[in-house]
Amino acid sequence: MEFAFTDEQEMIRDSAESFLQDVSTSEAVRAAMATEAGFDSELWQKICSDMYWQALHIPEEYGGLGLGYVELAILFEEMGRRLLCSPFFSTVALGVNSLLVAGNDEQKSTWLPQIAEGALTATLAYTSQNSWDAESITAIAIKEGDGFVLSGQYKYVPDGHTAGLLILAAREEDSSDEEGVSLFAIPADTVGINCRWTPTMDQTRKQAEITLDNVYVESSHLLGEAGTAWPQLEKIVQLAAVAVAAEQTGGARQVLDLTVDYTQERVQFGRTIASFQAIKHRAADMMLQVECSKSAVYYAACVAQEALFSNDKAGEEVAEELLVASALAKSYCSDAYFHCAADSIQLHGGVGFTWEYDPHLYFKRAKSSETYLGSGSYHREKIAQAIL
Amino acid sequence: MKISFSSEDEQFRQEIAGWLKENLKGEFEQLRHRGGPGDEHMFPEERKAWEQHMAHAGWTCPGWPVEHGGKGLSINQQVIFHEEYARAGGPGHMGHIGEGLAGPTIIAFGSEEQKKRFLPGIVNGTEYWCQGYSEPSAGSDLANVKTKAHQDEETGQWVVSGQKVWTSLAHESDWCFVIARTEPGSIGHKGLSFLLVPMEQTGVEVRPIEQLTGTSEFNEVFFDNAVTDAGNIVGKPGEGWKIAMALLGFERGVSTLGQQMHFQNELDQIIEVAKGNGSSKDPAIRQRIADAWMGLRIMRYNSLRMLSGGKDGALQKEAMIYKLFWATWHANLGKLAMDVLGNESEILDEGGSYELTRLQSMYLFTRSDTIYGGTNEIQRNIIAERALGMPKEPKGR
Repeated sequence: MEFAFTDEQEMIRDSAESFLQDVSTSEAVRAAMATEAGFDSELWQKICSDMYWQALHIPEEYGGLGLGYVELAILFEEMGRRLLCSPFFSTVALGVNSLLVAGNDEQKSTWLPQIAEGALTATLAYTSQNSWDAESITAIAIKEGDGFVLSGQYKYVPDGHTAGLLILAAREEDSSDEEGVSLFAIPADTVGINCRWTPTMDQTRKQAEITLDNVYVESSHLLGEAGTAWPQLEKIVQLAAVAVAAEQTGGARQVLDLTVDYTQERVQFGRTIASFQAIKHRAADMMLQVECSKSAVYYAACVAQEALFSNDKAGEEVAEELLVASALAKSYCSDAYFHCAADSIQLHGGVGFTWEYDPHLYFKRAKSSETYLGSGSYHREKIAQAIL
Repeated sequence: MKISFSSEDEQFRQEIAGWLKENLKGEFEQLRHRGGPGDEHMFPEERKAWEQHMAHAGWTCPGWPVEHGGKGLSINQQVIFHEEYARAGGPGHMGHIGEGLAGPTIIAFGSEEQKKRFLPGIVNGTEYWCQGYSEPSAGSDLANVKTKAHQDEETGQWVVSGQKVWTSLAHESDWCFVIARTEPGSIGHKGLSFLLVPMEQTGVEVRPIEQLTGTSEFNEVFFDNAVTDAGNIVGKPGEGWKIAMALLGFERGVSTLGQQMHFQNELDQIIEVAKGNGSSKDPAIRQRIADAWMGLRIMRYNSLRMLSGGKDGALQKEAMIYKLFWATWHANLGKLAMDVLGNESEILDEGGSYELTRLQSMYLFTRSDTIYGGTNEIQRNIIAERALGMPKEPKGR
């Protein structure tokens, strides 16, 4: 048992921290978030060619670095801290994870090297409803000849309007809930697919709506078996939730730092406001939540690592542990990030309410990342189902 | 970062679990799950006998270095030891103040003579300790100690006078480590000394404090010209504050894993009640039970981080938040227990005049968790000042 980072992992954090500090400044974030694409493609290419982050947990046989989920969580935390605008989350946490969990060797060989090279971005779409359970999948896949015809709609798809590869869930006609679900990997430029940007309150992560109008795909695009993909999709979503929680942890860390810095500069009643207990105690509560977020995420990342890469027979046990560990992390970090970001505005006082200061960027991201893949209470109910 | 234990460690787990299973029975059976926080007044003599039984098998002070009578267990093995002890329902250690506080202080700062004199009694379970820190006017402001000590000109003995308060297990203890003001006229943390004072003497009087639980675990201790030998000072006169503060760092969180296992037992009991009375179907209760479960998991991960890092012994951020987190969590658990019980939460055990059930006792006792050992407010000051580097509140005069 060694619940601490290795030297190599610390190095990954240090290099991510200094790189992002330079490239993902407040100005850079504000410039990128004002565009429809939502990211600076030059910066994305720089990340792909210089940092190679998009290839981090892609196995070496598919052109990746073959590192693990703990390393990945470190990157997500640092990116969340700097609100990095990029298709990294959608491509890696959704795209790569989907292919690793549900793809066969041929599909992995087709798509993963392209992603590793930085030539392809990806995302995952499944819900068409205002929820994240299996029943929220309403797109229909009908078997036709040697392929499938897909029709339907998807909402809240991260980077859905810019991704090159879409991982799509669709169900058999007349199926419901967890039955009849299939997963497909389909290029976004396939005929019949329409991806439309959805303007959002949080501008640092773009969303899209996707509609499928009788899209025909060969069965080589089917990930896994037809009609039985819900367990795979559930696992992908759990892995992605760990990534979101890591981003949230980084964001919460940053708003705490911004707040401590600001309150040490601001003077009222002849003292820095940081010297008042009313301020200090709220900052202390923020730090408690930041530290607990880290603990929750690092543990969940360790479990995600085992769930994704270990081949031993304790598979079912790991699956159950991933369920609760990811629900715990997503639930705790969602609430902690919101609390910290909201308190950050409060402790900044009037300037915290301006567009010029950064707390609102984090406050908005906290809310969007809280609702994405399910809120704190949604995930607590998942835990309740597991323990009650 | 790895979350599983080595096979060597797992083998150790078998060993201690097996020993506890074989030994925590017969006359000791009644001690299972007894004597923890809120229950410390129960079975003192029987728990001392158990302590000595453990000592015979070498299971007391397992984290101490071998040269001082311990087992020299690795951190991982200490974690396992405390987990298995709590899992088996091992009773609250009568000797935990000696093992966790007095002993490590003497090991770190004591003379060779003191080590020879005091450590074996702790390891063997024959001498018990209490902690003389808080006073009526030195609570959160611990440095405001008024208890005085001076050396008798003829005998050289230290003569101690003053009042300590919230001293747990004082009536069961043989020795008390006392912070006393040995430099007349000194204020604050200067001029304090760390003295080891025998409890069996006419100059020491112990008076139990009746708590809101109706029971008494804490005491007032009055020193009226109590004496202790010249050699029973740890460090030099005037070094008392330094030693007292260092002592707080010895608790590196190993025993917190045991505490969590105890919490898990309480949570399990609440879950059973909720399933039994149907409140587990109430969405609000479900949320709160899940939240409690999550909090306990997070507590464990915090501990594992605390134990895995900071080998230099410096107090890490994880360690600074630990007390605030568990105390708040536990107070919430107490309230949850009562809310799950609903109207039944009011009904006392039959028999005595104010016989609380285990959950009622836990509920009421948790009101002290956010106060003793540094209130939540003091914890927040510590976090803000030491971890976040925010300025101290100006001192009043």
